[in-house]
Amino acid sequence: MLEKALRGNKSYFAWIGFLLILVGMGFGFYLRQLGFGLGITGMSRDVSWGLYIGQFTFLVGVAASAVMLVLPYYLHNYKVFGKITILGEFLAVAAVTMCLSFIVVDLGRPDRAFNVLLYPTPNSVLFWDMVVLNGYLFLNIFVGWTVLESEAKSVPPPKWIKPFIYLSIPWAVSIHTVTAFLYAGLPGRGFWLSAIMAPRFLGSAFAAGPALLILICLFLRKYTKFDAGWEAIQSLAKIVTYAMIISVFFVLCELFTVFYSQIPEHMYHFLYLFVGLHGHSGLVPWMWASTVLAAIALIIMINPKTRNSPGTLSIGCAAVFFSLWIEKGITLVITGYIPSPLETITEYHATLPEIGIVIGVWALGFLIMSVLYKVALSVKAESA
Amino acid sequence: MDDTRRSFLKIAGLSMLGFGAKPVVDAVAGTGDPKFEKDSKAFNGKRWAMVVDQQKCLKAKEGCKDCVTACNSAHNIPEFNNPKDEIKWIWQTSFEHAFPGQENPYLDEYIKKSLKGLPFMVLCNHCDNPPCVRVCPVQATFRRPDGIVVMDYHRCIGCRFCMAACPYGARNLNWRDPRPFIKKENPEYPTRTRGVVEKCNFCSELLAVGKMPACVDACKDKALVFGDLEDPNSEVRELLRSRPTIQRKPQLGTRPQIYYIL
Amino acid sequence: MYNAGKIIIGIVIFLALITAPFWYNLGRPSAPPKLEIGTQEKQCVESKAFMQAKHMVLLDQWRDEVVRDGKRIYVNSTGKQFNMSLQNTCTKCHSSKTKFCDRCHTYLNVAPNCWDCHIAPKEQEKLAGRSDK
Repeated sequence: MLEKALRGNKSYFAWIGFLLILVGMGFGFYLRQLGFGLGITGMSRDVSWGLYIGQFTFLVGVAASAVMLVLPYYLHNYKVFGKITILGEFLAVAAVTMCLSFIVVDLGRPDRAFNVLLYPTPNSVLFWDMVVLNGYLFLNIFVGWTVLESEAKSVPPPKWIKPFIYLSIPWAVSIHTVTAFLYAGLPGRGFWLSAIMAPRFLGSAFAAGPALLILICLFLRKYTKFDAGWEAIQSLAKIVTYAMIISVFFVLCELFTVFYSQIPEHMYHFLYLFVGLHGHSGLVPWMWASTVLAAIALIIMINPKTRNSPGTLSIGCAAVFFSLWIEKGITLVITGYIPSPLETITEYHATLPEIGIVIGVWALGFLIMSVLYKVALSVKAESA
Repeated sequence: MDDTRRSFLKIAGLSMLGFGAKPVVDAVAGTGDPKFEKDSKAFNGKRWAMVVDQQKCLKAKEGCKDCVTACNSAHNIPEFNNPKDEIKWIWQTSFEHAFPGQENPYLDEYIKKSLKGLPFMVLCNHCDNPPCVRVCPVQATFRRPDGIVVMDYHRCIGCRFCMAACPYGARNLNWRDPRPFIKKENPEYPTRTRGVVEKCNFCSELLAVGKMPACVDACKDKALVFGDLEDPNSEVRELLRSRPTIQRKPQLGTRPQIYYIL
Repeated sequence: MYNAGKIIIGIVIFLALITAPFWYNLGRPSAPPKLEIGTQEKQCVESKAFMQAKHMVLLDQWRDEVVRDGKRIYVNSTGKQFNMSLQNTCTKCHSSKTKFCDRCHTYLNVAPNCWDCHIAPKEQEKLAGRSDK
């Protein structure tokens, strides 16, 4: 079926070509990083995880959002999502690949990555993260491909695929629960030591992922012959709305706990984010941008008139996506380190090679997504 | 796919496995029976710990950094001169950074006046319940039975999960190649490569040949006392019996093994 | 066979390319390298045959025993004791990395990365330069 991705119109190939250029650029920067060391990024002794792990954290959520289509369709027979479950699964494949790529580019010794398999360590959350991420990648490729191939041959999917589909539902929840546990179990990082880390991850995942899916569906509606169906898009929009409300509510819960208890150690991180701390305010513009975008998103998505009109819906979804991208992809990880365990402040500024690699990995993800979507859409067009 | 091709591929696959068996068996076969032993000169502590007597440190000359210098030269620690890349195994900091949350303005006054604004030595605490060991996905950092939390530089993949987990900021990554920045190499100790994490190792290489840790040895005022907690007659136990001590962040349950006498 | 002409030409080109390393070096026998042991000592940690075949396995064992098990003394097959250290024991006798270790390694195109961390014997280090990869 992959050969279907080799056929397309001029704009398709122009898009693929553009993505390949970005991937090449990212790869070039990565070679420089391999030669110099991770010091080529903005990370430091005090802020030892930066943009790479932040992006990984955000994308784990996006990957898990496939379950928002799979669960209603397969578990509850919500036929409306029938056309687009494959889009969710292939988006998950692209997102998990990006997650794994971000982890690899973040390693100090990627040549030793195999050690994680050679010396399995069940007490380490990172070990389990590797297990669940790779498992989820495999599940989505396997399920998506099998179901799509059945559709291409105009037969119903084989019965043995059902258990794998059902497995992918709790597995999706596990990937960001485990990723949240990376942060939530560290005694020295008060910003992350919150019982609602995993619920927060779930909330933002189910807002950001489907929001991206809606944007993609609207795009496909406009520029290709694929129509996801307005009812499907509407259902997704409702899911995004509720998930966004819950996400924002969770952040407000954190703010209450921290500021009502008035414990200085806990307040410092949030003060750094919202108003700056001891003259350091590098993340303040980012945090407020995220907040404003969240407000815009909620206003648009809660109001049924704006949610049900494609123009405003796309603005709302974009606002959801970028608000959460800033919150999980940038502010969450970096603020865990500011202030440091010794209560000093070292700020983090991403460098050009670092940003280049980030763009390269995103381009890789979009490349995989575009290729898989081309296959899926071609199959659907041909079997119609 | 017709049947004969499928069965051919199955048999070919199994044969490949068979071909791979001999090299694997050869590789894991033993090399005879050699024996590995501890050095007879080695110290045989059961639970190593250190007491930092800040009162003795008071007597040191102005700006004394002997312990830091000794550690840095013994272990080929590079000098980057910028806080982004810096690597420090033992270093000096102020009270509110060593014991954040414990300060109060009047204690500050006391420290400024009576302790002459004393710098506090901080290093890896070699915790009994180390969060860094808990999180390492390849066991590159592990706790020895004698209490020392060790780094295996050969195995570290540089994921920096341990750096996130350490509540004391004691760990360092080599963000770049350290060799050009080493002032004077100690030919008896290796350097590290970029991409691996390192930290104080309680000079396990010196303990193994019956020598005291470099910082302890270098301190002319004997402010750093190192010894075996399980030996009731050791100097550290003596000190812990006779003077009140505090630890860094004990409420986190890490059970750190550096004790401070204020 | 369809396109027989093109296929046969393709096979011939493929065979020529894949055997290139052999006929390129025809007539130029490359002798195994001569090693300068660097010491008058007659006996290494183990026998010459053993070290030739298995020194890398031994070094890996030493590494794990020293770093992970805290044992530093090696008792060899004849009962003699050695300190398990590449940097401090092996190089006490094999005092030149370029004239000993590198000769075989370069010949066989093997690049062990021990020396990224373990400091090579002094006078050779400046000449050989820093080998990072």
